[in-house]
Amino acid sequence: MLHIYILLPFLAALLIGLAAKKVDRIHTGWFVLPVPAVLFILFISKLPILAEGKIVQSIANWIPSLDIQLSFYLDGLSMLFSLLITGIGSLVVLYSIFYLSKKEQLVHFYVYLLLFMGSMLGVVLSDNVFVLYTFWEFTSISSFLLIGFWFYRERSTYGAQKSMLVTVFGGLAMLGALILLSITAETNSIREMIANRSEIIESDLFIPILLLLLIGAFTKSAQFPFHSWLPDAMEAPTPVSAYLHSATMVKAGIYLVARFSLIFSGTDVFFIIVSGVGLITLCLGSILASRQTDLKAILAYSTISQLGMIMTMLGFGTGIATLAAIFHIFNHATFKGSLFMIAGIVDHETGTRDIRRLGGLYTFMPISATLAFFGAFSMAGVPLPIFNGFLSKEMFFDSSLKLEQTSGFAGTFAEWIPLLAVIGSIFTFVYSMYLVFGTFAGKAKLDQLEKKPHEAPIGMLISPIILIGFVVLIGLLPNLINESLLAPAVASVTGDFAQIHLKFWHGLNGPLYMSLIVVAVGTILALTLKRWQPIYNRVPGKFSTDRVYQTIVNGLLSFSSKFTKFYMTGSLRLYTSIILVFLVVSTSIFIYVTDGFKIAFDDLAPVTWPEVLVGFVMAVAAIATIWMTQRIAAIIVIGVVGYGLSLLFVFFRAPDLALTQLIVETITVALFLLCFAHLPKLKKSDKKSSEKLVDFVIAASTGALLTVVAISSHSSKYFESISKYFVDNSYKLGGGDNIVNVILVDFRGLDTLFEIAVLGLAALGIYAMIKYRDKGDMNH
Amino acid sequence: MEILMSILAGTLFAAGVYLILQKQLLKIVLGTALLSHGAHLFILTMGKLNRGKPPILIEGIKDYTDPLPQALILTSIVISFGVTSFLLVLAYRTYQSNKTDMMDQLRGTDDE
Repeated sequence: MLHIYILLPFLAALLIGLAAKKVDRIHTGWFVLPVPAVLFILFISKLPILAEGKIVQSIANWIPSLDIQLSFYLDGLSMLFSLLITGIGSLVVLYSIFYLSKKEQLVHFYVYLLLFMGSMLGVVLSDNVFVLYTFWEFTSISSFLLIGFWFYRERSTYGAQKSMLVTVFGGLAMLGALILLSITAETNSIREMIANRSEIIESDLFIPILLLLLIGAFTKSAQFPFHSWLPDAMEAPTPVSAYLHSATMVKAGIYLVARFSLIFSGTDVFFIIVSGVGLITLCLGSILASRQTDLKAILAYSTISQLGMIMTMLGFGTGIATLAAIFHIFNHATFKGSLFMIAGIVDHETGTRDIRRLGGLYTFMPISATLAFFGAFSMAGVPLPIFNGFLSKEMFFDSSLKLEQTSGFAGTFAEWIPLLAVIGSIFTFVYSMYLVFGTFAGKAKLDQLEKKPHEAPIGMLISPIILIGFVVLIGLLPNLINESLLAPAVASVTGDFAQIHLKFWHGLNGPLYMSLIVVAVGTILALTLKRWQPIYNRVPGKFSTDRVYQTIVNGLLSFSSKFTKFYMTGSLRLYTSIILVFLVVSTSIFIYVTDGFKIAFDDLAPVTWPEVLVGFVMAVAAIATIWMTQRIAAIIVIGVVGYGLSLLFVFFRAPDLALTQLIVETITVALFLLCFAHLPKLKKSDKKSSEKLVDFVIAASTGALLTVVAISSHSSKYFESISKYFVDNSYKLGGGDNIVNVILVDFRGLDTLFEIAVLGLAALGIYAMIKYRDKGDMNH
Repeated sequence: MEILMSILAGTLFAAGVYLILQKQLLKIVLGTALLSHGAHLFILTMGKLNRGKPPILIEGIKDYTDPLPQALILTSIVISFGVTSFLLVLAYRTYQSNKTDMMDQLRGTDDE
């Protein structure tokens, strides 16, 4: 069942090109829309099963020998993500139909989008860690393709490459963690790993596993210090930013941490790293967001900061914190998704996203403005019962305060955490207000806009309206999704199925005071933003991870180009030497290690003088070619070797070989004689004696190796020869007495066919080289 | 005999490799020809020499020389003939176009 769900987007991606070709009057998006919509409904229909505490699963064998099964299961956490992927996915596709004009490469766009959708579903539904990893990398690739959708823009390709490098680097780290995990827990299934929790925690590999896994999660979820790819990813079309880079893909890291929480949660290291990095990201993201001038950049840093907040709560690992994290994953998707869509609308209708040129748009686009107000206020956590963002933020404050009751390491740091939480939230408040008031309030600067702004078409507004509808609805009635959606998700992260009633009013308590402080300080800072914004320029050294990234990438590029140039010199001699030296060294080591050299004297053919004599002449002739300076003499000496070989074939009872060798040698010598007149005279080697010595050593060792291999293979017998089969069946099956011929034309007939093909190609090449000589000369 | 032939194959190989490492194209072509001779002898030796009659079925005879290496070598002779003649013409054409047959002068440019 689940297999089909995951396969559906991939199938659709295959078929969408055909549909678009047949019907080009309809926007391709309309063909795509049913896919996520149908999936969404299918997932919704599974909700009752989960509410009973059961899970849906389906298993198919893929690579049983490696214990890799396509086993998928749907529990509370997967359900939440699946609904986000398909739900937001439907809205984004609908939005994109109006956002992207039909002149764009729509098929490409939707194929990438569907690939992403399918692989993201794969990530959140996989039980097998290696299947999860495969889908994980698929999301990186489809994200790369989508960011680079407008590939003719330099910023797009830069952003695409950056996101790819960072997330794939993290992906590889994660693969390392997964391999270590599967070794430690002796299973590839996540659920069985959770069952073997104690083995993993007590193993020596626990710290490496945790660190590697978290690098994977942090890169994907743009956590400090890997966050800098996300703002650059904003070069993607806005529907993509809304979908991948705020609602779904960047939450894959969150998913990973949540999924493995049952293994790691409760250990000090997990708490310190996850909560620490989360808090840094929360504060840094929100502080940096307040200095941006591009609407999407503000939203990007805001996303970084919000993801940091969710990460922090997962690090806390307490029941209330987990519920808050899960709740915020949902809320963030609703308000951030809608804000991105509105940023896209503003861009679409005014031609710019630069907040310095915007302002006063409220009168021109009242609906968008209203939606933006709701989204931004929810993001800021304004304490009103109509904003879902406030509810989860208050739970965040609550859980940070309650840490003091926790024993262990969490308790000692507990006093500082609420402070950091408040600082991060103050700046969140500031940029939210900056974003919405800077764009929609104040005086309109129409002279700075490329076109006269007006309200977006209704089609573009539907999606943000639905999302904002959720913001308000969940704000008013949070328990609507609590029992069916949030509680099962929390249960799969913490392990126990506890119901916590969500409500707006908890009385005058700590969290509410914290919220009020945020609003008060935030309002002051937001009003005076223009005055203190220049402080950003004085931050010493521009503590940017961008530079680190750039240094690493440049360093890698110059290193690899230097390294490649070091051995790719264009000298055939060097290449041949490298290949031969490697061959000789590796084979010698292998022979030495396996004790492969054997020499047996008991089973030898008798030595007869004619054969020895011919062999001796051949050897002398071969060595003599090295010193030949007369072309004709060299050719004759080579002929001596060839004819000597045919004689040996006669002695060794190989009549067919002898005949063929005789003919071939004659033709070759004739050919040499034809050509040599056109070739320059052979020169004495002008090489230095050290070079000659190197050549000699390489040549001698290669020859010696061949002799050693020949003697050893003759002296040892590991398997029965298969030749008897050919002797027995030559007449029976091939109908011929000459066994060699039967092998060539019958048993190994295809080999001979290709042999003829090779000969034909050589002939064709020779013909072309001679025939088209003049034409080539004319071009010069 | 097999040991002597193994040494001969090694000698042919060594001479061939030495020629391939030289700068002049004609020497390289000669080197490949020597290499193939060495390889053929090598294959033949591995299948033991002079056991039984030539591999042509005759009533009443049971022992034949191993036919399999012979079949392999026959294919190889033809192929190496193709390769040698192709290389020879290539060397000829290279010299015609570039007026040199020294490998170190035939490196091409960075743009290629």
